[in-house]
Amino acid sequence: MHQSHSMAETSQIKLLGSVASPFVNRVQFVLNLKSINYEYVEEDFDNKSELLLASNPLLKRVPVLIQPNKPPLCESRIIIDYLEEIFPDAYKLLPSDPADRAVIQFWAYYIDTEFFPLYGRLRKTPDKEGKEALKKQIIEQTRVLEKTFVKFSNGKPYFGGDDVGYLDVILGCFLGWTKFVGNFNNFKILEEIRTPKLVEWSNRILSHEHFKGVIPEQEKLMDFYKWLTRARPPPRVTT
Amino acid sequence: MAGSEVVLLDTWISLFGMRVRIALAEKDVHFERREEDLTNKSSLLLQMNPVHKKVPVLIHDGKPICESNIIVQYIDETWQNNSPPLLPSDPYLKAQARFWADFIDKKIYDAGTRIWRRKGEEQEIAKKEFMDWMKVLEGQLGENSYLMGKSFGYVDIAMVPFYCWFYALEKIGNISIEKEFPKLVAWAKRCMERESVSKTLPDPHKVYEYALELMKKIG
Repeated sequence: MHQSHSMAETSQIKLLGSVASPFVNRVQFVLNLKSINYEYVEEDFDNKSELLLASNPLLKRVPVLIQPNKPPLCESRIIIDYLEEIFPDAYKLLPSDPADRAVIQFWAYYIDTEFFPLYGRLRKTPDKEGKEALKKQIIEQTRVLEKTFVKFSNGKPYFGGDDVGYLDVILGCFLGWTKFVGNFNNFKILEEIRTPKLVEWSNRILSHEHFKGVIPEQEKLMDFYKWLTRARPPPRVTT
Repeated sequence: MAGSEVVLLDTWISLFGMRVRIALAEKDVHFERREEDLTNKSSLLLQMNPVHKKVPVLIHDGKPICESNIIVQYIDETWQNNSPPLLPSDPYLKAQARFWADFIDKKIYDAGTRIWRRKGEEQEIAKKEFMDWMKVLEGQLGENSYLMGKSFGYVDIAMVPFYCWFYALEKIGNISIEKEFPKLVAWAKRCMERESVSKTLPDPHKVYEYALELMKKIG
């Protein structure tokens, strides 16, 4: 990564992460888009490092952004908003109008609280009926997101318009898991007939230079999924 | 901002609506408040927040803004000339403030709500979690007057509406918040000295009655 800013400190930014975490990927997209040098430290989920536990004692999770001479920052949206503020000239992700920003932030919040958690709930639902109901919910949400994409993109290739913007980062990080969860559960989460624009958009994101090296391969997600199933098994189906 | 119309859709009991009302009052913004009946949502609410259909919704010159913390940030950015900023200007401190507001939502409000909505074992778990998280928040407060230091702001606004629930939680959960967290209660009383807060928070006894009513309905 080339440095476009003469901030000697930037090469010392550390990002604590896990390859399977879309929230970590999100921060990586932004660091890449803004050409910020950083050191990536992979956390082992079975054995959280001293550094992680010390830098995020409350929530004990990744991503954590560690800067020299500053206490660490956690929570992906908080981190990327912070990066947007301290590197405002290196690739703007957000518009300057407060109302436009507020609407974008709302959708980021919505994606994180109403859409992505459905994948985890699907995994944890043991019975067939429950799973079918959740799949329906996921599909409904993709319809909402398709409409949202149409509204924001306004005929252009990204949520951000001509170029990648905030919501492309927010939703784009989930594309690896979207493919995985769909395959694993035998249904198409993004699909040509129902979500044509999002299908095109996802191909664009997956081949985008700052995203493609970051979104993990399906095998890595499968490894993590297996670990998760062992570490946090879903409840058993009771008859 | 002369001539701009500000409308707030919320309910008297919504903690999230209270945050917005406090922020608007701090900035001395004139607004029209409309009480929503959530069992019979107005067409305006459904039109302005079709995705979530929740309150609060701030409508500024016809544009809807949703999600209380996002709205408070919007208010801070839009009415910049009136009174002190609610969020720190330093990006790092701003990030910290947003973390704490997020923490308050995810941990404290969540556990606190479960204290009165659940029974038995689940209630006990909720009580323990609530106490743990409140202890963390009291640690953050430390010896400061406010949650981010010397000035009243975003994080105080995020938390202080919950103060009107303390009485209800104490009665229902059989806990003593004042005894366990004297610094936080002192902080809350300090916030209540501000008109923006004292005029916004409802009477704790009304809140307790409301909780009892709902608990009867839930069964």
